[in-house]
Amino acid sequence: MAKRIAIEGSHAASLAVKLANVDVIAAYPITPQTHIVERLAEYVANGELDAEYINVESEHSAMSACIGASAVGARVFTATAGQGLALMHEMLYIAAGNRLPIVMAVANRSLSPNLNIWGDHTDMMGSRDCGWIQLFVENAQEVFDLTFTAFKIAEDEEVLLPVTVNLDGFHLSHVIEAIEPLEAEEAAKFLPPRKIPSHALHPRKPTTWGAIGLPEIQTELKYQLEDALRRSKDVAKKVWKEYGDLTGRYYDVIEFYRMDGAEVAIVMMGSFCGNARDAVDLLREKGVKAGLLKVRMFRPFPYREIVDALSEVKAVAVVERAFSPGSVAGPLTSDLKTAFYGEKQRPSISGFAAGIGGREVTMSEIADSALKALKVAEEGKMDGGFEYIQVRW
Amino acid sequence: MDKFKPSWRELPIAAIITEPGNIAESKTGEWRTGLKPVIDQEKCKQCYICWAHCPDASIVLKDDGVVEIDYYHCKGCGLCSRICPYKAIEMVEEVVEYG
Repeated sequence: MAKRIAIEGSHAASLAVKLANVDVIAAYPITPQTHIVERLAEYVANGELDAEYINVESEHSAMSACIGASAVGARVFTATAGQGLALMHEMLYIAAGNRLPIVMAVANRSLSPNLNIWGDHTDMMGSRDCGWIQLFVENAQEVFDLTFTAFKIAEDEEVLLPVTVNLDGFHLSHVIEAIEPLEAEEAAKFLPPRKIPSHALHPRKPTTWGAIGLPEIQTELKYQLEDALRRSKDVAKKVWKEYGDLTGRYYDVIEFYRMDGAEVAIVMMGSFCGNARDAVDLLREKGVKAGLLKVRMFRPFPYREIVDALSEVKAVAVVERAFSPGSVAGPLTSDLKTAFYGEKQRPSISGFAAGIGGREVTMSEIADSALKALKVAEEGKMDGGFEYIQVRW
Repeated sequence: MDKFKPSWRELPIAAIITEPGNIAESKTGEWRTGLKPVIDQEKCKQCYICWAHCPDASIVLKDDGVVEIDYYHCKGCGLCSRICPYKAIEMVEEVVEYG
């Protein structure tokens, strides 16, 4: 078992990628992601990682290079954030549709305007329908573990899909935490080299990718992707179980904190779940039966697991670092409401937008949101709407 | 399985084509809308200007140098007829049967 080390969140991703022994990295630097690929460039330059590091002129090209390399059968990694992810948008669909198991870290950052390098989830939410598996992590240990295991999930023959590992810009990418990595030997044993598919690109065996999809075939193609994405959830659970047996750290698509007998559940994703745990403790001290449900896997959305976990609670407070302009609610809140619509027994659901553009979300703001959601439920209403709790009036 | 209408399970992953060049199977000749080029072999001087210009490689040169039209692929654009210096290719009406 590896020695416990102090490491920056970004570098925890780099270390996981090194231990995954990737073949190709193509990336373009962008704050707050840059440290991830900077460290990887050092590994390659120092000879610690035998990989091809491709310098490109944009994120669109970064993803394009990743697509080509992955189509050949290479194990591929890239990282981006905010505007960079937006510039990749077109190519994200190409990667997913062609079933290329690329792993990408997204150090979540707000989208312009105005120019803001700090964190929120609006970048990933803008591309949430791109067909990738999308994971959100809370701390540096999760950055390491989920980046490393992402390769095994992505490359599983049942899946063959790209994965994004979302870590909050600055709040997670730029903090130093203690983690327990893996020894190179156990990493290599857990994650053998990628099995090259028979249809992989090869100069001596030409294949055609992304040929015209006539109306007679496009529906079936899109459904094929949908089916693979849905099935990837069980593969992720299987891989994480195997990883838990190796490390003692077990992961699942959702995670609970003090949900036993909870009347109100806070639902969140990402690093601010740490504050939410403190908010739960505070509420419990005051006699409010509160709990936290952390959504680790956002796509495929684990609605069955979430419905089963929350059907007994009175109220749900979704606190999300994103919103969907002009929509009914933020993306996570909307998904939760959709999941519960057909259920006979369901909680009252209230949504809250907070933490936009790097603004802190305090323990008391999260606790207040839970109390508001509980009040809505106690008034007999099933829907508390969607509130921008940090907007100054 | 209907070759042109496979189910989503029957489709290869991402519909990747593992045997290149299969576009030749596509019967683009069905795209003709009532006119087809017909070569008058009496007038044809075998200059092959039509062969060089056909956008669909539908002008076929036989071993003896005689020029023929590949109607399986010819879309009936009429370029060969317009470009022929000897007016040896005429666009003639054809009855197209659908289905």
